[in-house]
Amino acid sequence: MAEPLLKVQDLSAAIEEGELLHHINLEVNAGETHVLMGPNGAGKSTLGYTLMGNPAYKVTGGSIWFDGEDVTKLSTDKRARMGMFLSFQNPLEVPGLSLESFLRNAIRQKTGKPLKIFQFKKELEETMALLQMDPSYADRDLNVGFSGGEKKKAEILQLLMLRPKFAILDETDSGLDVDAVRTVSRGIEEYQKKRDGALLVITHSTKILESLKVDYTHILVKGNLVKTGGPELVEEINANGFEKYLGKEDGGKA
Amino acid sequence: MSEKQNIQEVDRSLYDFKDDESKGFFRMKEGLTREIVEQISEEKHDPKWMHDFRLKSLEIYNNMEVPNWGPPIDGLDMDRISSYVRSKSNMKGNWDEVPEEIKNTFEKLGIPQAERESLAGVGAQYDSELVYHNVRDEVAKSGVVYTDMESALTGDYADLVEQTFMHLVPPTDHKFAALHGAVWSGGSFVYVPKGVKVDIPLQSYFRLNAKGAGQFEHTLIIVDEGADLHFIEGCSAPKYNVANLHAGCVELYVRKGARLRYSTIENWSKNMYNLNTKRALVEEGGRMEWVSGSFGSHVSYLYPTTILKGDHSHCEFTGITFAGNGQNLDTGAKMIHIGEDTSSYINTKSISKDGGISTYRSSIVIEPSAKRAKSSVDCASLMLDDISRSDTIPAMDVRTGDADVGHEAKIGRISDEAVFYLMSRGISESEARAMIVSGFADPVSKELPLEYAAEMNNLIKLEMEGM
Repeated sequence: MAEPLLKVQDLSAAIEEGELLHHINLEVNAGETHVLMGPNGAGKSTLGYTLMGNPAYKVTGGSIWFDGEDVTKLSTDKRARMGMFLSFQNPLEVPGLSLESFLRNAIRQKTGKPLKIFQFKKELEETMALLQMDPSYADRDLNVGFSGGEKKKAEILQLLMLRPKFAILDETDSGLDVDAVRTVSRGIEEYQKKRDGALLVITHSTKILESLKVDYTHILVKGNLVKTGGPELVEEINANGFEKYLGKEDGGKA
Repeated sequence: MSEKQNIQEVDRSLYDFKDDESKGFFRMKEGLTREIVEQISEEKHDPKWMHDFRLKSLEIYNNMEVPNWGPPIDGLDMDRISSYVRSKSNMKGNWDEVPEEIKNTFEKLGIPQAERESLAGVGAQYDSELVYHNVRDEVAKSGVVYTDMESALTGDYADLVEQTFMHLVPPTDHKFAALHGAVWSGGSFVYVPKGVKVDIPLQSYFRLNAKGAGQFEHTLIIVDEGADLHFIEGCSAPKYNVANLHAGCVELYVRKGARLRYSTIENWSKNMYNLNTKRALVEEGGRMEWVSGSFGSHVSYLYPTTILKGDHSHCEFTGITFAGNGQNLDTGAKMIHIGEDTSSYINTKSISKDGGISTYRSSIVIEPSAKRAKSSVDCASLMLDDISRSDTIPAMDVRTGDADVGHEAKIGRISDEAVFYLMSRGISESEARAMIVSGFADPVSKELPLEYAAEMNNLIKLEMEGM
């Protein structure tokens, strides 16, 4: 069998205050969609940050392999250039940097080639239309004064423009109204189907998953992956909550 | 960091005059003398009034103390002031002595070798005469006078020069203004006649060829009633002078209903004491716009002042200051409201890095006559690390009951989260930081003509690399 796109082996991570992730094992193959669920404070975002290499989160054990390479010690930008992507739960505001020039810069740095400007413009226009974003947002400062919904759309816009092989979506649906969730889902679907992108979707709700093909579901409790199952696990959590899995984390560790 | 150390050592060797003495140069351990000033005046063929003015300024200079507030200027040896003043004629600089830092910056900014040497103050005069003449001929058709300051003293507008020269910044203003009055050399004179609107920004070409200029240069601009001018001075290439004192002076007269935009990007070599004085007088309904970028220098004192004398006169000041390792930059703006319904707006950004100190200092004065004056100050500081400093010292003196005065100050640090965010899109850490800083500077870039904005962004990138 081919090497998985992402292979997380026995990964533990900590911040100054203590360890947050314990012995995580996870494999994601190209084109697969994995869902990560868990109660608040389980460490879902921490896993996303750690996979992406946020310096605030220290790997205390184990390793992360991406596309056949050990990326555990690689800087965030290098991981991104290899094809990893993280959609932020709370995207940051950067005054004075327009969304468009940010995208141009990122694409240029990612590919290491000069940008084909006409093609870029066309693609940007089309993708913004797909996400029902007003074209004027391209000229606005990155995330500055964007509503919660627009910020999330801007994240998916970046996802589609940067074409990563694997994307972590950290609660992309949180705080969005029904219409916005639908629009954002359409963007994710586009990434999944047309670009054959792999996904790790961190979510609380199932709305965003309705139009997506899900391959695996994982449940994270207190920094431990306690259960992995198929798409049916989403339904189960939806119906019964996490109660069944609470207290299982010790078993998971053993 | 080690590079900085290196440069400071180079500087010391430059000011070590022992070698010169052994080769028979005259001793320079002396203050500024009457003989030196007389000599300058003679070399420049000054008219009588200017000759007298220089000597009068010298007297004031000798009786004044150096400023005792603001960043320390102990490194400036006032006992050796004559060496700063006469260095150009007595010392032939050598390209080999120009610090590597500056050579590298020239390289990165893509400046041709001939210009590099001239900018570094060590080469032959760069021949920009042709360019300059073309521009001058172009604007001359509309009656605009654009010439070097020395020629202006004897030209068609000699009387006007006499009536205005150092009237806004009198030699009594402070010790370095007095010094300037005594030894000034080079600079630009511009006169825009009534109602003439100059379409293209006028750029100072003297940056390349003025002998001894860039140190005590004088800029005098008069925009007559209803006229309009954008004047650009300075450039992003570091100005290197063997002597490390800059005491220039800029005087701007904006007559009734006129508009003047004065843009500068200054980038002094990092041994420089930049003690520059800039002032504008705005008559009724006139409009003054400053765009000011302060880069480089070891110590800067720079507070462009605008006197809103006429009713309904208006001033906008947009500025940016970047202080890196070993730099203490004290910059800001002053507004003096005298006329009724006058308004002013100050918007500044300051950045400090690698232990650099950046102080924003401003003064808003609203005189009792300035009924219904409005003033708004907005200053933001960005510190790039834990060892840098940023201070804000805004002063307001309001003497009317109906003034509308506002002040907003923000001091922040570059956010690690934001850097991580940009890096997660494949942008390198240094590039991510540069993008955040350029974004912070964007409101200033927007005010500059495109090529200058691009130059300034390059300069920010270079500073970010720790040049």
